[in-house]
Amino acid sequence: MPNRSAVAVSCTNLAKRYGNGAPVLKDISLKIDTGETIALIGSNGAGKSTLLKCLIGLHDISSGKLDILGEQFERAPTGAQRKAIRRQIGFVFQQHGLVKRLSAHSNVVQGFFGLAGGWRAISQVTASQDMRLAAMEALDAVNLTEKAQARADQLSGGQSQRVAIARALVRKPKLFIADEPAASLDPSSGRDVMERFSRLAKDFGITLIFTSHDMEHALSYADRLIALKDGAVFIDAATDDLKSKDLSGVFDG
Amino acid sequence: MADVHTQHVPPRMASVSALQFTLWVVIGAVVIASITQVTPSPERLADGAPRIARLLSRMLPPNTDPDFLGRMFWKLVETLQIAIAGTVLGVILSLPIAWLSARGITPVPMLTFFFKGLVSLFRTIPDLVWALIFVVSVGLGAVAGTMTILVDTIGFCGRFFAEAMEDADKAPQEALDATGASRLSILLGAVIPDALPSLINTTLFALEKAVRSSVVLGLVGAGGIGQELKTAFDLFQYKNASAIIIAIFIIVLAMEWVTDRLRRALN
Repeated sequence: MPNRSAVAVSCTNLAKRYGNGAPVLKDISLKIDTGETIALIGSNGAGKSTLLKCLIGLHDISSGKLDILGEQFERAPTGAQRKAIRRQIGFVFQQHGLVKRLSAHSNVVQGFFGLAGGWRAISQVTASQDMRLAAMEALDAVNLTEKAQARADQLSGGQSQRVAIARALVRKPKLFIADEPAASLDPSSGRDVMERFSRLAKDFGITLIFTSHDMEHALSYADRLIALKDGAVFIDAATDDLKSKDLSGVFDG
Repeated sequence: MADVHTQHVPPRMASVSALQFTLWVVIGAVVIASITQVTPSPERLADGAPRIARLLSRMLPPNTDPDFLGRMFWKLVETLQIAIAGTVLGVILSLPIAWLSARGITPVPMLTFFFKGLVSLFRTIPDLVWALIFVVSVGLGAVAGTMTILVDTIGFCGRFFAEAMEDADKAPQEALDATGASRLSILLGAVIPDALPSLINTTLFALEKAVRSSVVLGLVGAGGIGQELKTAFDLFQYKNASAIIIAIFIIVLAMEWVTDRLRRALN
């Protein structure tokens, strides 16, 4: 029975190592409330991507406990838990991952893949009218309805990332996981995407965890900043409290 | 200064190792042996030339008898039907076979080797050999021809479809995989849309190839215009043969023109 608590993600003493190598994540304990926007920062190799992969059950954990969207597990989720977790997550990637030869609308409809929906959720061609309508609503939420029929390879980088956000939104997720969503965009498009993304998450009450190397984005759009360093939590604090603090140590070798 | 330059002029050719030298000698020997043993001698060419001229004079003018042209027309239609039916069915069957044999895309990685092997088997056995097999198994006529083109198309499209699928953009596939989409959804949603131009191009080449193949399948009894051609030569009806050769030339050229236009429209 899923636990409908206000905590979206919680991990206790989480550690991860590959084989007999050095631990990539060390004794991580944190709680993320439903509706919170979290910036996960750290230098390359700090463990951000590994932590995200552990959270969604893509990687087994070596020790500790995880509770994500009401599914509790140690080491690895069961197949059913993994499915249940993924159904509740909307993913956004650095390289948006749109199918270039399909329209923006078809790409958004693909957000229904992997959800319950039988043969309707197998392909953008077989999608039901409700799915197609929901995709238009998601495009409307990112202000791109006029580009619904445009092919993905005709969109700018910022527009493509907004379509990717719409594709994640159409799943009605409880949690957005975004891996450096603005890293491949120019500064202005990056700010626009982050602004819309964080506002959408707030409007729909969706928890958002995004990784970033951009301190300005982390401080401007997140409620809380979690900095990883050498696989351990280095800073975990509300962004309002951090603005005056020196964060330079996060990226120091 | 001039001395320095001459001292540093690079050699005309890279130096050759003993192994490379041996290899070149072996290749040279094979080429010379082949040329001397299976190409015509000047005397034989000189003997053959008047015979070719005699044959050409017996072939011209081509037969234009309406009865014969009518029979030839229906045989041409049958030839095209063999090519089209064989290609369409072959392409339809190639898609799942290519999916099952494409590395990183297949839902059954354990069987990739089996399906790649099957496609190789279909491709490496020449179409006339397949035609002989099908003539024996399903009997003389167009059905054997269609079966031949079908198998030949799977051998051709199965390989190139799989390569196109393997080369498809990985980012959308990973994006869909993360959401828990099934292998079938990833194929239909990300792989096929991205590989579509390549799949269509391959299909058009397969159709061209099928038309060329279907005109000769009749030589071994697998239906189509080839059967008429064989009969014409067997019965020394050279004027019929020349009319058939001209018709084959026109039909192959027309098919190449059509597929070329389609390919350009696609690009």
